[in-house]
Amino acid sequence: MSTASITEYRSGLQGAPDRFSSVLRAEWTKFRTVRGWVIGILIAALVTAGIALLDHSECGGPNGAACTSPVGPAGEAVTDSFYFVHQPLAVNGSITARMTALTAMAAGQSGLAPWTKAGIIIKASTRPGSAYAAMMLTGSHGVRMQYDYTADIAGMPGRVSAASPRWLRLTRSGDTVTGYDSADGTAWTVVGTAHLTGLPATVQAGMFATSPGTTVPGSRSLTGSSSGGALSLATGVFDHVSLRGGQAAGAWTGSGIGGGGAGFAGPGTSAGYHQAGGSLTVTGTGDIAPVVAGNGDGTPVEQLLTGVFGGLIAVIVVAAMFMTAEYRGGLIRVTLAASPRRGRVLAAKAVVIGSVSFLAGLAGAVVALAAGEPLLRSNGNYILPVSTLTDVRVMAGTAALGAVTAILAVALGARPLSPLPSPWSSCRTCSGRRSCPPGLRTGCCGSLPRPPSPFSRRRRSIRR
Amino acid sequence: MSEATIEVSRVRKRFGPTLALDGMTFTVRPGELTGFVGPNGAGKSTTMRVILGLDAAEAGSAVVGGRPYASLRRPLSHLGSLLDAAALQPGRTGRNHLLWLAHSQGLTASRVDAVIEQAGLEQAARRKAGGYSLGMRQRLGIAAAMLGDPPALMLDEPFNGMDPEGIVWMRGFLRSLAAEGRAVLVSSHLMSELQDTADHLVVVGRGKVIADTTVADLIAAASGDQVILRTSAPGEAAAVLARAGATAAVTGSDELTVTGLGAEKVTAVLGQAAVPFSEVSARRASLEAAYLELTRDAVEFRAAAPPGDPGKVAARADAGEAAR
Repeated sequence: MSTASITEYRSGLQGAPDRFSSVLRAEWTKFRTVRGWVIGILIAALVTAGIALLDHSECGGPNGAACTSPVGPAGEAVTDSFYFVHQPLAVNGSITARMTALTAMAAGQSGLAPWTKAGIIIKASTRPGSAYAAMMLTGSHGVRMQYDYTADIAGMPGRVSAASPRWLRLTRSGDTVTGYDSADGTAWTVVGTAHLTGLPATVQAGMFATSPGTTVPGSRSLTGSSSGGALSLATGVFDHVSLRGGQAAGAWTGSGIGGGGAGFAGPGTSAGYHQAGGSLTVTGTGDIAPVVAGNGDGTPVEQLLTGVFGGLIAVIVVAAMFMTAEYRGGLIRVTLAASPRRGRVLAAKAVVIGSVSFLAGLAGAVVALAAGEPLLRSNGNYILPVSTLTDVRVMAGTAALGAVTAILAVALGARPLSPLPSPWSSCRTCSGRRSCPPGLRTGCCGSLPRPPSPFSRRRRSIRR
Repeated sequence: MSEATIEVSRVRKRFGPTLALDGMTFTVRPGELTGFVGPNGAGKSTTMRVILGLDAAEAGSAVVGGRPYASLRRPLSHLGSLLDAAALQPGRTGRNHLLWLAHSQGLTASRVDAVIEQAGLEQAARRKAGGYSLGMRQRLGIAAAMLGDPPALMLDEPFNGMDPEGIVWMRGFLRSLAAEGRAVLVSSHLMSELQDTADHLVVVGRGKVIADTTVADLIAAASGDQVILRTSAPGEAAAVLARAGATAAVTGSDELTVTGLGAEKVTAVLGQAAVPFSEVSARRASLEAAYLELTRDAVEFRAAAPPGDPGKVAARADAGEAAR
């Protein structure tokens, strides 16, 4: 043989060194060169954004009001409506009152809700959403101290009556307000202390009453929501009212705060107050509380992301095809011949489809929020305010959801990369037996059906 | 060991109860076009998958340039392979198929265009591969195997589905690769495809090497030393040759087949005895015949001899035993 005289071939090609980035680039090239997959991912982004842009929700809060909400000291949306009987209060002072009754009325019947409230309150101003601290009686939660819309401390339990009155007291010292309750006006118990940052020197102190309307469960559809409700009026009866640190000979002023002065038509059924002898009766409606999404008070930003579900379907289809296409026609063998390290190939696939889906989700969410919010507002909707950080979290979370879903789909689409044993082999056994009828080559072997794999399909097609 | 040599040694591989490879051993040397032939199911494709590390061997080793394929960095620049021309994403163009392969090896698009030209695919490269004919797919597979400009190539049935012009091109192309000093392994189940192309032949059957030889040696071995003699006096000639120690059989009205003497010796013997003859020729078996002779026992499935039911090509399950 002349083997020795042969000059072995030497390539002049210079390739880049072997790196994970090469496998990553190959998988990216694979993805972007199949038009259907690229279109599928674009559809995912469009569906995510598009359904938000179809949102035609219209505002319909209780009594047709509340299409906007005031913002509380912490920036959250709040409901702040009640009837307020008040006087100015200096930097140091206190207010004390005894309550003998709490009732409520809604559409001619008793409307005492669990969180019907009446009591004493120190509030930065009469502007809805301003800081406050209050001691109150509630419909079925006893005495509470609440402040700044979200803080809630339990005091004496039980219901109030003329025979079992409740004494309430709030003392102010600068920004600190302390709440007390008592059964007899002599033995006082501290319920809690509130630090209300930025209280002005002169605040408003007095009595309030409010009762949330009964909310009719709203109907929600893919592109909007609506709800309605009925008005409820709360009445609190106070006596032994004393204010220290107020103006000399100050007179009480009645104000309906944030719609808290609304009422039914007819005498005796409207918000307000009246004094008779030593007792003072306050009637009002509304609520002092954070806005709860889905209560018809406003539209949460996540309603703009309804389209994410549709988008995820597209992501799942594309990601699963990105993986399973490898098994069609045995492409996986070409892939593994080019990149024998199988873990790298899977990792590169996950990174590529994860990143692509992340970007699609991000684009969809950004457009949904950026374009959907003004659109909803222009329809007269109130969107519950969220901080910028929450906006970012919502967008990044949507994107991450897309990425994780895509990687899960790839994982489900991946099969053991080694070809499975094929029915071909069981037929070989059969071929050793002379009794094997030619038409029943596989059936006669009595072997269990093998899991389907493209490998076995290929072999079968060769045989037939 | 040279960079280009593919060395398969004592490889065993079992699929369930079937021994697919039973001590497969051969070497593909640089500068040679080695034909890898055997009937369907002889283990050719399995051997190639074992070489690529796609199937794990139970015993034995398969190395490229002395190293297992799976341990190669940028393997396409060591061994280019074409296992299955149908292994394509139908929605991707041929050029993009080559592009992702190139990117996986750190190669650029200019290399892709170079192999497209080499494989004669310029017209079809930007069309979707799903619309390719089998011949075009084979060319695309060849282009993919050439991407890394490897010193060794391994092609499984590259002639399948090619038109006559394509087959001629493929033969020339494979010959030129070997002439450049590359090691080329080409499998086929049709010996005729390799008859005038291969330098070396590895004939396999039932997972084993039956013959590992050159084309010339294989034909010589199959031909024996038979001589065909045409003569107007066959009886006389047979008697003369029998006296000279040869066996002569009458195979036609004026034809004898002589065994035991070379053609020159036959001429001399007949000349001395003054027996007239018109032609003396050494009989050459075709490579096809030599191959059939070799693999007769190794054929897995064979059409039943009497075609009682022509619609059904039944596998003779016991073909091996029947042949013995």
